[in-house]
Amino acid sequence: MRRPPISEQLERARNAGSQLHHFHGGLRLRHNKKISCELPLEATPLPPRLFVPMLQHSGLSAEPAVKPGQQVLKGERIGYFGVKEEMAVHAPTSGTVKLLARRPISHPSGEDGLCVVIEPDGLDQWTQLTPIENWQEADPALLRQRIREAGIVGLGGAVFPTAIKVDDAHLRGIHTLILNGAECEPYISCDEMLMREQPGSIILGARILQRAIGAGRTLIAIEDQMGAVNESLKAAVKEAGADDIDIVKVTTIYPEGGEKQLIQVLTGLEVPSGGRPADLGLLCQNVATATAVANAVVEGKSLIERIVTVTGSGIRQPRNLLARIGTPIENLVDQCGGYTEDAARLILGGPMMGYALTSDSNPVIKAANCILVLSELEIEPPQAEMPCIRCGECVRVCPALLLPQELNWQIRNQQWEEVVDYGLKDCIECGCCDFVCPSHIPLVDWFRYGKAELKSLQIERGKAESARVRFEAREARLAREKQERRQRLEQKKQGLRDQADKKKKLAEAIERVQSRKDGGK
Amino acid sequence: MLNAIIAITLLGSLFGLGLGWAARKFRVESDPVVDQIDALLPQTQCGQCNFPGCRPYAEAIARGEADINQCPPGGEAGIKALADLLGVEAKPLNPDNGEEKLKKVAVIDEPACIGCTLCIQACPVDAIVGAAKLMHTVIESECTGCELCLPPCPVDCIDLVTPKKTLADWRWPRPEVDHPATLTAGKTP
Repeated sequence: MRRPPISEQLERARNAGSQLHHFHGGLRLRHNKKISCELPLEATPLPPRLFVPMLQHSGLSAEPAVKPGQQVLKGERIGYFGVKEEMAVHAPTSGTVKLLARRPISHPSGEDGLCVVIEPDGLDQWTQLTPIENWQEADPALLRQRIREAGIVGLGGAVFPTAIKVDDAHLRGIHTLILNGAECEPYISCDEMLMREQPGSIILGARILQRAIGAGRTLIAIEDQMGAVNESLKAAVKEAGADDIDIVKVTTIYPEGGEKQLIQVLTGLEVPSGGRPADLGLLCQNVATATAVANAVVEGKSLIERIVTVTGSGIRQPRNLLARIGTPIENLVDQCGGYTEDAARLILGGPMMGYALTSDSNPVIKAANCILVLSELEIEPPQAEMPCIRCGECVRVCPALLLPQELNWQIRNQQWEEVVDYGLKDCIECGCCDFVCPSHIPLVDWFRYGKAELKSLQIERGKAESARVRFEAREARLAREKQERRQRLEQKKQGLRDQADKKKKLAEAIERVQSRKDGGK
Repeated sequence: MLNAIIAITLLGSLFGLGLGWAARKFRVESDPVVDQIDALLPQTQCGQCNFPGCRPYAEAIARGEADINQCPPGGEAGIKALADLLGVEAKPLNPDNGEEKLKKVAVIDEPACIGCTLCIQACPVDAIVGAAKLMHTVIESECTGCELCLPPCPVDCIDLVTPKKTLADWRWPRPEVDHPATLTAGKTP
């Protein structure tokens, strides 16, 4: 697709939402969302123990800031990450820190990680809260700092620290804030439930974010299937008197909720490869993130809970729950009536992008938008992988306009330069290609592996480069030292020679005087 | 005919002069082939290739004095990359230079260290800090695992260990052929 000139792109980005467009590929999937939307949102009671993982985002783990036996209050910081406050982890309730232990942390690797184990005291007492009440007049920098301290991350599933995104947006200049309510993955309904039950806080969050980044307007993108949501959001907008907030209905095609796909639908423009929505003057945030921002600013509350969809045919009463971070998943399942007899697989996230968990004692994490339990019937038995027949189905459905069959071949053959050229980094791991592949090739697994290898290669290259620089610096230093030593030696020799000269001259002078004296006699 | 010959001769000498001038004017100091070879070497600076560092080895390869299969840390992949660059046949690693091993880093047993500074002098990438009669330590992130600090240590207090893996280092593994079940749940009817 040819890109229009920059001025036209910006113009179209400014008019985002006025006209809807399409993105390439995608799938129309059965929604399976209704089953979890019938019961109202309910808060999860305090479990006997909370297991708060220190690693809740990709990258490095936070360091625990508490010791066993220490009393903590709700919202107190229990994990920090050096100067990077945005990675902080907070206590989900008041109580005693029982121990710091390595436990399952709902990580895709299935491995254990460091958790702070808290025994609640039942009082659920908040720490000293510092709300910014008159946020309408507050300095935007203060608002951004509050978002940073509250440990808010993107709650759509990517868990990228919101503070970093917001800071970047502020620096680059953003005209439109897009709130992503297009929750396109089957089964997941936590955002829909949020928009139905707490539209006011979403609108409030939108207005705060708008002020924090200096955006002129907000677009809330929802799916056309979400009937009640449109009305509730509209009413909330009216109530807040926010005429700069528009609600746009988009057609439900998976993966429309992907940031880049949603922007393409709203503006008809592609976010450039390797670029970000900020290049078009846009910032995309999940609706749940906006609520977290509203809570952080207006009430001073850090991110300690989130809405989780507990659903699937393996659950007796699928519904949405407001759960504290660190609550064991089994507590949520129990609250939903427990498992059905034919429950077979526990998945964190949706059926397309989620990953299987080995145990339901894993805690709820910031990224946990959905707990999906599938029955035996829904899981296809492992199918033997067949050779690629080059049917091109994967190319037809790829929303990032990649060539999955080519990438698959190149990754298997470790042709890393070609892999980069064919744009593996633009793959959003949506799983569409995997889904349609008639040969049952686990394409996304290969792409994840390819991305991991590229990253390792990059790290290795970086290390080699730094070793080379250090080696050269050392060589240069050794050469310089040698040179200096030679110079010093030379100077010393010269000094000795001078001294000998002086002595000689002195002796001559004495001799001359002596001879003159002798001559005078 | 004569005109043509004169014209071509003139043009030829003109372009020749131009090229000669450009070659002098825009001369690149360093040999780009050496740089390209150097970029493919692992920069371990271990000297197992019998040259005092990766750069000297790269220069020797460029001069045709060394073979491409003398770098154990680079391993098979490194030899293949060099073969691709230089347009020669890849060959197995020369066993005289050593064997390909997993990457390790040096760790000093600090209580045992006597502060002799010999390892500091041996380290090709300045990854050991310390001073005379004071404890030394290895900067793990800068250590290339070249093993050059091992022989000079008079009290044998340096070990090579495999670096500790954390969850941050975790990567998606290479898929096996019998992959987990795919889903039919959401498939369009």
